[in-house]
Amino acid sequence: MSGRVLVGVKRVIDYAVKIRVKPDNSSVVTDGVKHSMNPFCEIAVEEAVKLKEKKLIKEVVAVSCGPQQAQETIRTALAMGADRGIHVEVSGKDYETLGPLQVSKIMAALAKKEEAQLVILGKQAIDDDCNQTGQMTAALLDWPQGTFASEVAFDGDKIKVVREIDGGLETIMISSPAVITADLRLNTPRYATLPNIMKAKKKKIANVKPADLGVDLTSRLEVLRVDEPPQREAGVKVETVDDLVSKLKDAGRL
Amino acid sequence: MALRGALCRLLVNSQRCAIISASRAQGTAAPARRAKVQFNWLDALDLEGQLTEDEIMIRDSFRTYCQEKLMPRIILANRNEVFHREIVSEMGEMGVLGPTIKGYGCAGTSYVAYGLIAREVERVDSGYRSVMSVQSSLVMHPINAYGTEEQKQKYLPKLARGEILGCFGLTEPNHGSDPSGMETRAKYNPSSRTYTLSGSKTWITNSPVADIAVVWAKCDDGKIRGFILERGMKGLSTPKIEGKFSLRASATGMIVMDEVEVPEENLLPNASGLGGPFGCLNNARYGIAWGALGAAEFCFHAARQYTLDRIQFGVPLARNQLMQKKMADMLTEITIGLQSCLQLGRLIDQKKAAPDMISMLKRNSCGKALDIARQARDMLGGNGIADEYHIIRHVMNLEAVNTYEGTHDIHALILGRAITGLQSFTVGK
Repeated sequence: MSGRVLVGVKRVIDYAVKIRVKPDNSSVVTDGVKHSMNPFCEIAVEEAVKLKEKKLIKEVVAVSCGPQQAQETIRTALAMGADRGIHVEVSGKDYETLGPLQVSKIMAALAKKEEAQLVILGKQAIDDDCNQTGQMTAALLDWPQGTFASEVAFDGDKIKVVREIDGGLETIMISSPAVITADLRLNTPRYATLPNIMKAKKKKIANVKPADLGVDLTSRLEVLRVDEPPQREAGVKVETVDDLVSKLKDAGRL
Repeated sequence: MALRGALCRLLVNSQRCAIISASRAQGTAAPARRAKVQFNWLDALDLEGQLTEDEIMIRDSFRTYCQEKLMPRIILANRNEVFHREIVSEMGEMGVLGPTIKGYGCAGTSYVAYGLIAREVERVDSGYRSVMSVQSSLVMHPINAYGTEEQKQKYLPKLARGEILGCFGLTEPNHGSDPSGMETRAKYNPSSRTYTLSGSKTWITNSPVADIAVVWAKCDDGKIRGFILERGMKGLSTPKIEGKFSLRASATGMIVMDEVEVPEENLLPNASGLGGPFGCLNNARYGIAWGALGAAEFCFHAARQYTLDRIQFGVPLARNQLMQKKMADMLTEITIGLQSCLQLGRLIDQKKAAPDMISMLKRNSCGKALDIARQARDMLGGNGIADEYHIIRHVMNLEAVNTYEGTHDIHALILGRAITGLQSFTVGK
């Protein structure tokens, strides 16, 4: 086994920022808005670095798809302990339509090229909430998948994954190589320490174009319109339960 | 009602909008349509745009640690005068101790990064920042700058990790602003190759729990030299100073030496005269210049939020001119102060800084920060004296910060001498 783990990290609008929709309703405002690493991607990086510290794997490679700024996100991953980075350059119109299908094709191509033993992704991104990239990547590679992972353990040449599912926790054994997506309780991401931030400056980030990987970025989806959620309206107070029932019936809810 | 609501939304939105235009500019192409530049009260002169990528990463990472791990402890630590020794190890893990030192397990960052670190810690508490400053500038720095290779190897890595805690002994009960008059003596014993130290030091941050002490004493030849003392040496005691109403979250005490035998290997050979301790103090003063502004920023932001939230006579306190004037003054001093600290940091990194520059900014930042904290306390009214609102703690702390590492007045004399060529420290000539 190569002992190499690929971790996907996505640059998203920071969770604390108030999102605004563009006046033409085409998308949200991203110009000049504070961005940071997707929180679930942070958890994915942390898990990969932990595996390396336990000497279960040998190298952590952080991957991000996007414009020039995606390098900042890769640097953060390097500061957390990833060994090197790959920046897949996607910008302009292609970046606007970049979605799970394209990213998973890229991740699959890189996983093969880098002979990865494991691909770890965040379960979903906090901007589009798709929750698809991990699953699609596994399908394209024909690898097993352990999604919504809250615990990952190596068991010989198999991987035990405890998954968070609606009913509780599910434990599965999958063989390697595999795709894992990180859920909230998998770990607590470390603070990037100063020595590691300084060391990250020397780590390499390779530049790759999707065409080099033979990936077609054409999107099958067209975004028609983006709207803000409806403004919250005032509620209505009722005096009795009968009033409540009749109001609900009027509103067509009962 | 509706108008006030709209006003509040406008205030909140303009804060958010302002963050938009103040983001990092390095390495990104300019947007096609340049948006109108919005004023950002959080970063009025775009300090963010003047920092390097790693300085920003360092600051952000450490800010998160301070807010998540230090802030929750501080109310009780200050109220009950408890020093959490663990924070030294935690800061060691983060790599923020002795950050500008190259090698020996230290991060080797720029001085600007050191300043940013100090600002984030002091945003929480000046006592915590004092602990960090002492360890980095007053213990690690002298060993690094004046020590032997053996001393560096022996102490620096452990100090960097926070495994051992140090303190700095210069000030004496009878000699504060005037260290040259110190009474602590170090007598050399040729037969045992040791120095015998006798005397006492006071107002020593960390001393009650420190593992080592860098103590400055007058030798037989009348010159002042530095010695590394270790806990356990016979005759060395470090009583705690009781009844302290400032920097309560950090432990302060004395260093009492009753004929302590110190092996000559523990002498710091590369400093003699007051240049040694002053070199350390300048290193610490630089960090304090940044740090005090962090405390001031906290007080400013807290007072702003409080006056926005508190309604009196049907309107938020922030609607009042008296309140707005105070906040305008705070914003101005903090913004200007930060710019001056940035320039100083860059000069130090380029080895183009003179000590008087540091005096000027330590004095300015501390004096202005104390004033801002007091004003902020006033803006909070009765709630301003409760430690739950934090500001009164900063007011208490900044009294000490304004005084230590050279009082406000002493730095004025340093500058006065630089300006006029005439010293005014002593009477006579």
